[in-house]
Parts: sequence; C-alpha cells; structure tokens
Amino acid sequence: MTDLPEATQRKMGLVIDLDTCVGCHACVVSCKGWNTENYGAPLSDQDPYGADPSGTFLNRVHSYEVQPESGAAQLVHFPKSCLHCEDAPCVTVCPTGASYKRVEDGIVLVNESDCIGCGLCAWACPYGAREMDAAEGVMKKCTLCVDRIYNENLPEVDRVPACVRTCPAGARHFGDLGDPQSDVSRLVEARGGMDLMPEQGTKPVNKYLPPRPKDRTEPVGPGEIDILAPLLKPVAEEPRGFVGWLDKMLEKI
Amino acid sequence: MNHTQPSLDLSPDVSDEVRKTTCYMCACRCGINVHMKNGKVAYIEGNRDHPVNKGVLCAKGSAGIMQHNAPSRLRAPLKRVGPRGSGEFEEISWDEALDLAVSWLKPLREKAPEKLAFFTGRDQSQSFTSFWAQNFGTPNYAAHGGFCSVNMAAAGIYTMGGAFWEFGQPDWERTKLFMIFGVAEDHDSNPIKMGIGRLKERGAKVIGVNPIRTGYNAVADEWVGITPGTDGLFILALVHELLRAGKIDLDYLARYTNAPVLVNSDPKSAEHGLFLRDDDGKPQVIDRRTGKLAAFDAKGVKPDLAATHRQAGVTHRPVMHLLAERYMDKAYAPEAVAERVGVSAGRIRAISAELARVAFEEEIVLERKWTDFRGETHSEMRGRPVSFHAMRGISAHSNGFQTCRALHMLQILLGSVEVPGGFRFKPPYPKPMTIHPTPHCKVTPGKPLDGPHLGFVRGPEDLALKDDGSPARIDKAFTWENPMSAHGLMHMVISNAHAGDPYKIDTLFMYMANMSWNSSMNTRGVIDMLTDKGEDGEYVIPRIIYSDAYSSEMVAYADLILPDTTYLERHDCISLLDRPICEADAAADAIRWPVVEPDRDVRGFQTVLVQLANKLGLPGFVDESGAAKYADYADYIVNHERKPGIGPLAGWRMGDKGLTHGRGAPNEAQLDSYIRNGGFFVSHIADEHAYMKPWNMGYQDWAVGMGLYDHPQPYVFDLYVETMRKFQLAAEGQGDRQPPEHLRERIKATLDPLPIWYPPFEDGHVDPVEYPIHALTQRPMAMYHSWGSQNAWLRQIHGHNPLYLPTKIWEAHGFAEGDWAKVSSAHGAIVVPVAHMAALNENTVWTWNAIGKRKGAWALKPDAPETKKGFLLNHLIHELLPPKGDGLRWANGDPVTGQAAWFDLRVKIERVPAPPEETQPTFGLQTSPVGTGPGTLAWKVGK
Repeated sequence: MTDLPEATQRKMGLVIDLDTCVGCHACVVSCKGWNTENYGAPLSDQDPYGADPSGTFLNRVHSYEVQPESGAAQLVHFPKSCLHCEDAPCVTVCPTGASYKRVEDGIVLVNESDCIGCGLCAWACPYGAREMDAAEGVMKKCTLCVDRIYNENLPEVDRVPACVRTCPAGARHFGDLGDPQSDVSRLVEARGGMDLMPEQGTKPVNKYLPPRPKDRTEPVGPGEIDILAPLLKPVAEEPRGFVGWLDKMLEKI
Repeated sequence: MNHTQPSLDLSPDVSDEVRKTTCYMCACRCGINVHMKNGKVAYIEGNRDHPVNKGVLCAKGSAGIMQHNAPSRLRAPLKRVGPRGSGEFEEISWDEALDLAVSWLKPLREKAPEKLAFFTGRDQSQSFTSFWAQNFGTPNYAAHGGFCSVNMAAAGIYTMGGAFWEFGQPDWERTKLFMIFGVAEDHDSNPIKMGIGRLKERGAKVIGVNPIRTGYNAVADEWVGITPGTDGLFILALVHELLRAGKIDLDYLARYTNAPVLVNSDPKSAEHGLFLRDDDGKPQVIDRRTGKLAAFDAKGVKPDLAATHRQAGVTHRPVMHLLAERYMDKAYAPEAVAERVGVSAGRIRAISAELARVAFEEEIVLERKWTDFRGETHSEMRGRPVSFHAMRGISAHSNGFQTCRALHMLQILLGSVEVPGGFRFKPPYPKPMTIHPTPHCKVTPGKPLDGPHLGFVRGPEDLALKDDGSPARIDKAFTWENPMSAHGLMHMVISNAHAGDPYKIDTLFMYMANMSWNSSMNTRGVIDMLTDKGEDGEYVIPRIIYSDAYSSEMVAYADLILPDTTYLERHDCISLLDRPICEADAAADAIRWPVVEPDRDVRGFQTVLVQLANKLGLPGFVDESGAAKYADYADYIVNHERKPGIGPLAGWRMGDKGLTHGRGAPNEAQLDSYIRNGGFFVSHIADEHAYMKPWNMGYQDWAVGMGLYDHPQPYVFDLYVETMRKFQLAAEGQGDRQPPEHLRERIKATLDPLPIWYPPFEDGHVDPVEYPIHALTQRPMAMYHSWGSQNAWLRQIHGHNPLYLPTKIWEAHGFAEGDWAKVSSAHGAIVVPVAHMAALNENTVWTWNAIGKRKGAWALKPDAPETKKGFLLNHLIHELLPPKGDGLRWANGDPVTGQAAWFDLRVKIERVPAPPEETQPTFGLQTSPVGTGPGTLAWKVGK
C-alpha cells in the first residue's frame, strides 16, 4: 500500500561477522541506549523490575547450537536487526505511508507521526525485526542510526551506527553495499557474505559473514609423528639422553 | 501510495556536554563518554582515546545509565531496627551514622584492634582501604581475591613476576596462536574481545580450552572441551611432548629463567632443594665461558643449563635437569593422561605440534636494539608468537595454583613471555616477587599495624602466626593451611568469626561484598552464622557495618549501612599503586569524578573512610596535632604521598620545573588535568624498551623514572620456586617453625617447587561414583555479579538461569524441554529448571553466575524471574570439605593460597516429575529499604 522508491542512490547497511561475534550483547544495549534517548519515542520497558520485563529493542542477539556431521557441537551468535531490504515488505504493507525507504541511502524508517500502530509491517517482516513500542503505540525499528551517520554534531569518526561504534570484537561493519568497491562489499566478497533467508525475496541489504570452519586439526597418532608432526620428533626419550642433547645444543648457541 | 519521505533533521543535538570518566559496570575499568542533557545522564559510550577500550563498550557499560538510575539505590544511612535479615531499618543522618560507627570502632582500636575485621569486596581502591586498615591497626583486612582468582595472580607473580589480565596481555598485534584456558566471558571484558577481533581480522588461530563452548570458546577455531580440574595435567602433557621433541627455547631459558640455577640435590642435606648461593645470597650458575660458578646476574655470564657442580660433598644440579626428569616421565605422556583430561592423545600431540610450529617456525624478529641486565647489547628482539590467557576456570580449583604455575612454565619453555608475539607485561609489572612486601600482622593497641597486611611470603618465617603458633588473622591467611595466600581469604571470615576460630571478633565491616548471597559458599549456612545468637541473646558476630550503593541481599544482615554513591557520582583513582589499567606499551592510570552530584543522602565510601579516620584520629590521616590531613577522598587522591614524590596518581605531578609525570610533589590542580585529558593519564614506553622488560635496562630505567620502583629490578623467571621448597623442608622437619602434624604430608605433596597436578580435593572427599558430574558457573558477558539484575535493560537479557545439561546426561535421564531437576552435592540440594546444550563436556553441567536473587532485594518485585526461576549453585558448595573420617575438616580451597575451590564441585542429577512453583531452596522475603521499581520505563532526559 506504500510504494518503495524505484531505486536508491546508495545501499547503506551492516555486514555482521558471525565468525567473530562472541555474543556479548554490546550492540544490543548500545542501540537501546542511543535510540531511547534519540530518534522518535524512547524505547520503553514494561514491568522492568517485575515478573515479566519486556521492552522494545531494535537489535537482539540470538544464539544457536549447530551440530556438524562429525565433531563437536558449535555455538553461533546471531545478532539480528532490520536488514533494510531492497524489496521491503514492511513498507509496501503500510497503510499510511509511515513506513518508507529512503531514496538517498535505502534506510527503512518509520515516520512515527504517521504510524497508527496497526502492526501490519511487523507481520509482513519475515525476520521479526520490528517491535511495537507498548508505551507509545508506534512501531520501532533499526534506523541504521540515521541521526548519527550524517550528524555534524558528532566527530566524523563517530558517524556510524551506535552498534558498530561499540562492538568490542569489531564484528559489525557499516557502509554502502551498493558500491562494489566499498570496504563492506569487498569484505562480503572475500568472506562469502550471505543474505538471510534469500528465499523470501526481500533482497536484504545487510549481509552476514559465515563462521569459518572449526575443529580442523587432525589428531596425531603415536607412530605418525614424523609424517604429520615432524616437529614432535623426539630428541630423547629419557632425561639422561635429554641432558646429552642439551649439552650438544648449548654448544651451538 | 506513491513514495514520499519526510525531511529529517540529520544533525540533531547529541548532548549539551560530554563528561569523560571511568566505567564501573565491571572490573575492566574502561573509559566512558557520559553525554549530558539538562544536567542529566543521557547516553554513555566508550572513550576512543582511552587505553583500555579505545572507544568500544560492552553491554554492561552501555547499560550504565540504568545502573546509575536504578531504583535499588540506597538513599540515606540506615540503622537496623528489626532482627538481622529482616531488612527493617530506620534512616539516620550521617552525623549519627559516623558517631555510631566511631562508638563501636574507637574502643576496639584502643584495646584490641584485631576485633575489627575489615574486608572489601569488589573494591577498586585497595591501596587506600588497606592503608586505612593498617592505620587502624587490625591485621584483618583483605579484598575479594581469595574467592576470585588469587591462584592466577599469585602463581604468576611467584613464577614470572606478573600474571594475566591486570598484569599483562597477549601481544595482540603480533601473536599468531592464542590459547585460552578457563576463560569465561569476563576479565578482562573489552580488551579480550578487541584482541580476538584483531586476531580474526588476520586469520590468526584461537584455541579455547574450556568444558563449555560459549563466548570466546564459541568463536575459537579449536575447542578443547576438557574435564574440569584437569587443565594442569593437560598442560604437563604438552610440556612432556615439547621436551621430548626439544622444542623449547634453550637460549631464552639459559638467559632469562632460573633453569640454569644450581639446586642442592643431596636428600640428606638440610638445604636439599635450595639454591646454591654465594656470600651475597645470589643464586649460582655455571658460566659456560669458564666452567666455573658465577652469580646468575653477573656481567657477561653465560649460564649453563646442563652442567652440574659438586661442592663439599654435595651435588648441585641445574633446575633444567630436575625439570627434564620430572616432565619426561611417562606419567605425563599423552596416552597416560588422555582419559582423565577427556582429550585424546592424538589431539594433545596435535596441539603440542601446533605450539612448536608457531613458536619455532614462525619466529618474529624485530630490529630493535636493547641492552640486557648482564650488560650485553642485542641488535634485535626475537619473538615466539604464541600467547596464552587464563582465568578463573583453572584458578578456582584446589589444584589451581599449581595449574596456573604449569601454564606459566609452558609459556616460559616456549620462550614466549615478554617477547614479540607472546605474552607481555603491563607496568608496573614485570616486578619480581622479592620486591613485594611480606605479610604483616603484628598488633599494638592504639597503633598502626607493623606493615602492609598482604604480601608474598618468602618462607615459613613470613607466616602470619602468633607466638603460640596460632593464626594471627581471622581468615587464617598465611598459615600452614595455605601459606602463600597473597590475597587473604575473605570467604572464610564469617565462618571463622562465627566459630571464634582462631578468635572472636567484635565488628565485621564490609564493602561491596554480597556475603549473604552470591559471594559466599554455603549461602544458607552463612545467613545462619550472621543471624546466630549466643546464650546471652546477642548476635555471635556482634556488630556488622556494611557499605553498598544498592539494596543487595547483604544489606539486610548489617546493623549499620553506609550508603555509597553510584560510579558516576564519585571520586576514585585507578592507581598504579593498586590494580592498574596499563597497557603493555604504556603506563596509565585514571580517575572517576562526580559527573553528576548525588540526589540522595549518600557519600562515596572512600570519603566516609576518610571521615571515620579523622574522627578516630588515625595516623596517616591526621597530623601530630590531630588535625585532618584530607577532607575527603578527592583530597587524599591528590595530596597523599606513599613515599616522597609518589602518590595515588602518576600524571601531572609537580616537579622542580613545573608539571611532570611519575615522581613529583602533589599538584592541587591534578584532578582538573585528568578531567581535561578525558579522565586518564598515559605515558608510552619507547619501542626499544617495550619488550624483554624484566631484563631490558632501558625499560628498567624508565620504570624507575616513573616511580614504579626505586632502583632497576631485573630478575629471572622462577620455573623452580624456592619459597615452596622451604615449606616442604619445614614439613620434612627442617627449621624452627614447624607445621602441625596433620598438615605435614599435604605440604610435602602440594608445595612442590616444580609444577605438579593432583586431582581436585573434592574427588577425595566425595564419592565420584555417587557424584559423577562436574558443576560449574560462568559469568555472562552482559552481567557482572549481582549488580546486573537491578538493571532494567540487562535483566531482559539474563533474567533467569537454567542449568545447562550435556546431551549424554539429558538423554540418560529422559529430560524434555521445560523440565526441572534436583541437583545434589555432598553438601546440599537445589531444584532448578534445566536446558539442553550440546557444546559442552559430556560430564559437566553449568549455569550463569549470580542471576538468582532473594525476594525483596535489588528493588525487584518478589515475583521476579530472578527469584522464581533463578538460582545459585552456591547452595551446593561448602567452605569446608565433607568429613572423611580423619577427625578433621579440610577447607574447600587451594592448599597453597587458600583460594576458594568453587569449581571442584561434584553433583548428581535426577529429573523432578512435578516441578515446584519456584527454584528450591527458597528464602523468606526481605523488606526492601527502597521499595520496588516502577511499572514502566520510557527513559529520555532530553525533550
């Protein structure tokens, strides 16, 4: 019911490195802090000190266990926020035009003064990336910190989303994914960056870098030392032999 | 609807002002930018200039705004009116509070200062609090290290003059292989994440050794899901393989360690196992140039690792011989240890090979000229790019000290300490053990203690014993039970005070230590001790004073509460005299300052200590006329001098020709300089002094200039710790100071001067067949102890804590989602929710630490999930091991340091068919002195 722009000038978004994300939730809380104080209504919390605390977050980290065909189970931390899709179903479903995608940079936003809180956009989003604020009755979502990234009141180095600025492991990258020469595009290229649920046809701008293969070291059997681990070839089996070796080696130092 | 978009203000005002101070959401001490609007805190982010976090900030740090405004903040001094534990208080004025405290403390100081036990928990001002306690005159002072990670700190200092975290860090920019042992998700918080991020950027390998694969272990390239308590055995198997293959750095060992030092090897000698020393007391080596004896540090000497020496009928052998003999033994072969450690022999060999390959085939050479302490000038610095980090997982076991020692030995054998790509110290470390103080415990009524409480014993002569041989300290630190307890034993204070063993006390004074809940083993027992009354109807522990900023569980058990400020309302110093925040390339310190003034009748605890000291007339705080030297803590920070020219802060001191750093007179404007500089001070180390620091005379001279020590202090690493051998000798009957009979065998076995492994003590006191499962806790990255649960944002991330069960246990008991289990140890039982986790050692269960809360605490509503579904494992752990029929009760701790052995815990599990309403055991509702928090938050200070 609301049109997407025919094209956007840039495709600003996030590249999230699942090989590096330690699941610390720094991005979650930094986002909560910035967006509570800034863009639109504060992100409220219901029953914050009670039985069922439930607040609005624009970014959450989920953790999933993965069991490879062989070897130990793995744990993958998976931060999730709005992916600023090119074909954003949350925009087209909006009955009032409150949800829109910016022409300049492709950021998907909610104009809170036009939002009637009907919740259709949250239903339409296959990623569950939008949250209705229970206190304000408007839909909240990641703004890609649109009030930071161009903000002349911030030092230039800080004109990035709060989650990117704060990420201790450097697992979050921000840039123009529409420019194949940008740092983020090259990172996606180099590390095999992936779309989340591409079958949904939403063409997400944000990309995820997959975890690198793990637990690849092959065990070394006792007879295999010379082949697989030549470095472990014994110089001595007994302390006495070792001292002899020691003496010989010291001569060389 | 056609595409339209509103015009946005893309440059809204961010804040009226940014105030830069130091975070206190955990112990990491990052720099923060506090954005202010309308005089209120609007937003907190990391300070890009700060040496610790360089701009980033973790979840806790960003949630500081919720901590600062938490409804659980105490509002005014409180005097208990109900029974202990009820939480019933009346608010009193500060004058009344201070007068009451002085009326209790003054008579103690005059007659029996030891009857005050002053223990501070998560204190970041220990050089100050210990100074206060020393001037009061009580021997009973320590902070929380004894139940935290003293094994790590003490093993590091005794072995190599520094340890992990605050003492040192991996060479993040150059290391190629990073191996972590028992590192949960904290300590230190942001720097490890930043470092792992740097390694990942360049594809360097990370190996995580931990029974649980979360956090850093989840992103590690290799996960070693080891059996808890066996890390030491695993490490010694790596050492075995490296020795057999000769993959050790002989040049490094000869020059920079005591591997060549000669040891008396005559079992009949009274000095068996001690170093051969010259008349100056210098350990002797054989000089390869001459084949003759020489002091280890003599000019130009080339110590020999192989040669022995016979003198007066006694053979002296180099440490290297003893080391080879010990670890080349088949007992440490991968096949011999594999089953116990839960790691296959093939994998142990593969990891050994990887360590050897990176250390010796990927050597780093930096062209940096430096001169060592023997006077030799080197044109380069040679690095072995293998680095390690370890924390509580290996430390909190009864074999933790020796395990930490084993790890340091591995690092040193690889030649990877203080070299490019390896592990690097942070000033004021490296620092040899021999320039740390020894413990002091001599009490003189009305006078200060005879010296600092805590220190590093050199031998039995330094134990804190009274003339009759009984413990001088209430916590029995520095006794035969745990001779090298460098951080004290906070976890034993309440138990010992209640038992009157070794003596009764009058007043227990604590700060930031939640002893009636998550900071004690045996929580129920501790609560009973705090509330127990004698036949006279008085409490067995007569008086309790407690300071905390928040309504923690412990508040209810105190008689007098001195409410602290939040971290944004106070002065603090992160001092080089204390637990510093330096980087390997720089010395640094920092302050906190009141970026907002308290809106409650609260005072910073350190200022309250100054005020108490002034009222008590404590030396060090008042001059000869009795007049106060310091008005408050800020005044102390600026004007206190530990010795002439050395104060709590090193930056912007007053020199002969104006401002200077390091040594200098007090500068009244010092705090303003810190504030202008972003709340911290940093002084960089020149490139050619930045490695090889213990031996690099350029570094040594820089350190003297900074006031880190008064003379250059080069030293060699102690693979062999002679101090430990002295305790063994005493146990063998040598010397005047003799251990009690029941401890002789244990001292002989555990105080071995070369690293050993023995099974955790609980294995010998508890039937491993009946209790086959290991139970652990980890602290989540987004929570710090109990503090997080009052935080409206963080408790939405961790509001309750299931017990995670591995697949084998999950399936064996037929657990299904939503189930509960009864978990029993030899000490007690809990009933708790469970969840399945596959990435877990198959004999280990675990949960998040300190999520469970008592009803009424922390301004939470009584039905909060922390109270209904959260729980503590502490109920299963006792401060003493179960009796084993020898008529004695053994402490549940490390026999070297006394560190609480939290992670030795063994349990059994059964499925509970009908889950209870809430986790068991339950505790009654405490009356909250601050009510409960609001029903909704929509926090925005700028409109």
